[in-house]
Amino acid sequence: MATTEARTPSAAPSAPRRRVPGPGGRRRIPFARALGPLLLLATWQLCSVTGILDPQTLAPPGAVGQQARELLISGQLGHHLWVSLQRAALGLAFGATTGVLLALLAGLSRLGEALIDGTAQLFRALPILALVPLAILWFGIGEEVKIILVALGTFFPIYVNTHAALTGLDLRWAELAATVGLNRRQFLRRIALPGAAPGFFTGLRLAVTVSWLVLVVSEQINAASGIGYLMEQARTFGQTDVIVVGLVVYGLLGLASDTLVRLLERRALQWRTTLG
Amino acid sequence: MAHHPGLTAPTDPVPGVRLRGLHRAFGGRTVLDDIELDIAKGEFTALLGHSGSGKSTLLRAVGGLDGAAAGRGVVEVPEPSAVVFQDARLLPWSRVLDNVVLGLPGPRAAALARGRAALAEVGLAGKERAWPGTLSGGEAQRAALARALVRSPELLLLDEPFGALDALTRIQMHSLLRNLCARHQPAVLLVTHDVDEALLLADRVLVLADGRFSLDLPLGGPAGPGRRGSAEFTELRERLLRALGVPEEDRS
Repeated sequence: MATTEARTPSAAPSAPRRRVPGPGGRRRIPFARALGPLLLLATWQLCSVTGILDPQTLAPPGAVGQQARELLISGQLGHHLWVSLQRAALGLAFGATTGVLLALLAGLSRLGEALIDGTAQLFRALPILALVPLAILWFGIGEEVKIILVALGTFFPIYVNTHAALTGLDLRWAELAATVGLNRRQFLRRIALPGAAPGFFTGLRLAVTVSWLVLVVSEQINAASGIGYLMEQARTFGQTDVIVVGLVVYGLLGLASDTLVRLLERRALQWRTTLG
Repeated sequence: MAHHPGLTAPTDPVPGVRLRGLHRAFGGRTVLDDIELDIAKGEFTALLGHSGSGKSTLLRAVGGLDGAAAGRGVVEVPEPSAVVFQDARLLPWSRVLDNVVLGLPGPRAAALARGRAALAEVGLAGKERAWPGTLSGGEAQRAALARALVRSPELLLLDEPFGALDALTRIQMHSLLRNLCARHQPAVLLVTHDVDEALLLADRVLVLADGRFSLDLPLGGPAGPGRRGSAEFTELRERLLRALGVPEEDRS
C-alpha cells in the first residue's frame, strides 16, 4: 500500500462519482426544444404530400402558410385579431379591476368578508362557460356579452388569489403599521397592496388563459367578427387551412400574453427576484 | 401655569413612562399583576425574565400594541415612541430607505433626508436603495434601529432586538445602541433574557417573575464594557441570576 502511494503522490483519493438520477448523458442536443415540433411539421407535410391526409381533414402546411399570407394582406386577419384583442383586453380589465376591488373589500373589512367572500366562493364552483346560454338571453349577441363573459371568467382567479394573499398577510405587518402610525390609506398603499401583489399576479396569469378560452367559445357561438368567428365561418366552407391559421393565432396570443404578464410580474415583484 | 408652581396640568406631555396598576391575564392566568413602573427621560431600563414571564406582554402594553390591556390601570407614555422587534420587520417589498421613513409625517423630501441621516448614523449609508431581503441579519436590525431613531422617539421599546443575531454582530449592535441612546436620550425599555446584555447596556435592571418585579436594581456608572470584570459587576450578575432562578452550578 505504502509503495503504491509513494509512486503516485499526485493521485488524490477521488470521491466516488455519484449517478445523478434523471436523463443521462451530458451532451446537449442542439435546438432540442424545436426538435419535436419540427418533426411533427415534417410528418404533417409528408402525410399531406402522400395523400394520407385529405385537405378536407387538414390542409397541408404550405396551404396554411399561403392562407395566412392572404388573410394578412387582405387585412382580414388584422381586423379580426384586433377585435378579439380588444374584447380580451376590455374583459380582462373589467374582471381584474372588480376582482382586486372586491378582494380588498373582503380582505380588509369584516362586513365585506361576510357579504362578498361567501358569495364569490359559491359562484366560483360554476364552470363559466355554463353561463353562455343565459348570457346570450340577457345580453343578446352584441359586444357586451363577450366582454361580460371574459370579465366574469377572469374575475374569479384574480379575486380568489388576491384575496388569499391578502388574508394570508402576516399580522406582524399590522403591528408594525400600528407602531409607525400608518393610517388606513397608508396601510393600503404600503402594506396591503404590495403584500397582495404576488397573489394578484398568480391570478392574472390564470385569468389571461381563461380570457382566451372564454373568447374562443363565445366568438364561435355568436359573433360577426373576431378570430373565433373567422374559424367558425371557415368551418361552414370546409376551409381547414383558415381554421389552422386561427389555431396558430390563438396559440401565439396565449403565448404572447403569458410572456407579457411574466414580464410585468418580474418588474412589479423585483424585490423577490433580486433575492435569487 | 407659571403662576401656580407645584401644579401640573394633566395635559402636559408626559416626561417619562408612568405605569400604575397595570394588569393583564390570559385565560385566567395572571401575567402582569398590578405593575407599577416609572422610566425617566434618558433612563435605559432593561427588563429580564424567563420566557413566558410576561416581559414582552409588558412591552406590548407600554407600546399600545395590546388592545386588551388598554383601560386596565394607568399607562402614560411619552410621545413619540418607537418599537424595535426581535425580527427586523422590514417590509420586503420596500427599499431600505422607504422602510426607514415608513409612516413618517411631514413633507416627503424632508423625511427622506432624515431617513438618510438615520441610516448613516447606524452605518448603513449606501444601502438606501437595497431591498431588505439582501441585507444580513445585523444590517436588517440596524435598519430597524434607524426606522426607530428617525422618529426622534421620547420612548424606545426594544423587544429582544438582538436575540436572533450572532455573538459578534451582537457586540457591535450593543455599542451602536449605547452610543445612539447616549446621543438621543430617549427613555428606553429593553426586554431581554440575556443578563450580560442587561448589565452592559442599562442604567437599571428589572426582573419580572410571577407578574411582579422581583428585583429592581439601579446600576451605577456609565454603561459599557468597562463595567465588566469588576467585583461589583460579578456580584450584580450573581444577584440577577439568582433572581431568575438559575442554579448556582450553572452560573458561569
